Amino acid sequence: MNKKDLLYQGAEAKICVSKYMDFDVVEKRRIPKSYRIKHIDNRLISYRTKEEAKLMIEARNKGVSVPIIYDIDLKNGIITMEYLKGSRIKDIFNNLNETEKKNLCLKIGRNIARFHNNDIIHGDITTSNMILVDDRVHFIDFGLGEKNGEVETKGVDLHVLMEAIESTHSKYSEYFKYVLEGYKKELKGDANQVIKKIEEIVKRGRYR
Amino acid sequence: MICLGIEGTAHSIGVGIVKEFKKKCKVLTNLIKIYRSEQGGIHPREAANHHAIYLADLIKESLKKAKVEARDIDLVSFSRGPGLGPCLRTAATAARALSLTLNKPIIGVNHCVAHLEIGRGTLDGCNDPVLLYTSGANTQVIAFAEGRYRVFGETLDIGIGNCLDKFGRTVGLDFPAGPKIEQLALNGGNYYNLPYTIKGMDIAFSGLLTAAEQYYKKHKNLEDICYSIQETTFAALTEVTERAMAHTEKNEVLLGGGVAANKRLRNMVATMASERGASFYVPSKDLCIDNGAMIAWLGILMYNSGVHMEIKDSIIDQRFRTDMVDVTWRE
Ligand SMILES: Nc1ncnc2c1ncn2[C@@H]1O[C@H](COP(=O)(O)OP(=O)(O)O)[C@@H](O)[C@H]1O
Ligand SMILES: [Mg+2]
Repeated sequence: MNKKDLLYQGAEAKICVSKYMDFDVVEKRRIPKSYRIKHIDNRLISYRTKEEAKLMIEARNKGVSVPIIYDIDLKNGIITMEYLKGSRIKDIFNNLNETEKKNLCLKIGRNIARFHNNDIIHGDITTSNMILVDDRVHFIDFGLGEKNGEVETKGVDLHVLMEAIESTHSKYSEYFKYVLEGYKKELKGDANQVIKKIEEIVKRGRYR
Repeated sequence: MICLGIEGTAHSIGVGIVKEFKKKCKVLTNLIKIYRSEQGGIHPREAANHHAIYLADLIKESLKKAKVEARDIDLVSFSRGPGLGPCLRTAATAARALSLTLNKPIIGVNHCVAHLEIGRGTLDGCNDPVLLYTSGANTQVIAFAEGRYRVFGETLDIGIGNCLDKFGRTVGLDFPAGPKIEQLALNGGNYYNLPYTIKGMDIAFSGLLTAAEQYYKKHKNLEDICYSIQETTFAALTEVTERAMAHTEKNEVLLGGGVAANKRLRNMVATMASERGASFYVPSKDLCIDNGAMIAWLGILMYNSGVHMEIKDSIIDQRFRTDMVDVTWRE
């Protein structure tokens, strides 16, 4: 390992730029939290690190764009992965023109359907967790994900993105419909059932 | 300006009188009466009857305690929603009657936004917080973003207070069970694994509730179960709050709602805040639970920023969403 530059400090993890053999990589290290008891903290850190790596590897095998994983350290909660040199969707979305926004949303929807087709649930689909490299949307941060085939869970997964767009890109919240449009095109099962679930979640959640 | 506020969204009926002083909120009185049913659950109509019985006396007593004449009231504010229809209607009807009798303007406000604004209004340094609002039915993480108060995270099933009360009912604790669970947890220390469910910034408790009830049925130590419930649910609440703070890049956190009285929850959120270099705020207990003072204070903020309401528009809204409020009083 060479010297490490902090790229990002989030709520849960630190992201450092580093070298692995000759590759540019990032290390995602989960930070222990002293507000929770050790038992829970250790369990969460190793579980999430393992799940995240597992889901990323599987997603990649199924044709979803995610960083290549180089190394996993469960005990210290570190994943070493490919450094994606692109832009977070969060940072560029508001500045795209209408057609670009629409096309990007369609693409995001298709990609989500691709991992949902394989029962991969991301768990935290937000525009901070998608990086655009060239023309491809890459997904990162699968730490809250799981393998699950239920319509309900897929609905919740999409609902997180809906909320993220509403809160972070509130002027463009209507673009979520293009995400659903792209999703419908690519999903193998009945996408309308998933969409119906989103509506149910909206009703029983904050709109109560 | 002096405002009388009436809160009546659920099991509590509250009347508060507040005064604006140098842009801050001075609480003159804050009286609260809580409806408790035999079984612990809430029957909206019975609760509304309870509220109707006490309201007139609460208003009289408030004026007396605040040493304010009825004619000194400049504005009447009430909780428009979200909440239970019958309860909301009782509070709104009383507010209308008072407004007409005193010939003073009326204003209806959002209950969830009031929980946040009372923190900003009464606590020095609390200017732009992320609110963790934990009560019986509500569990939400709210912050100001892009001109509105937005819900960044919330429960996907039941509120944390309901979760605690339901567990309490199963194991035979009196309602409300939260404070008793807190006491029992102090003597616990063995952790039993419980589901820790977070989706993005949302959270869920029903899986944990079922698992905790299973432990009880298997005769596990009640104090240890209570300890495990608190450690798990509060850690998850603290985590979603921290995620919202990172996401919105804010460095203040505020607690609100009845569960905010819990010392362990306060301690966890305070620890999280200090590790992030953020400030931690919690209003006094009577301003955390559902109360009239917060309704009155939000009424003043809205009225002074030019929001005026006619009696005919003073309708309730059971599903009044936090992000439907046009925030005219903030930059
Ligand atoms: N493989 C990567 N390549 C480039 N940037 C990354 C990569 N992984 C993470 N990042 C950057 O770090 C930020 C946080 O990473 P993330 O895995 O989402 O952690 P967190 O759980 O803290 O959100 C991302 O929003 C992104 O900007
Ligand atoms: Mg992330």
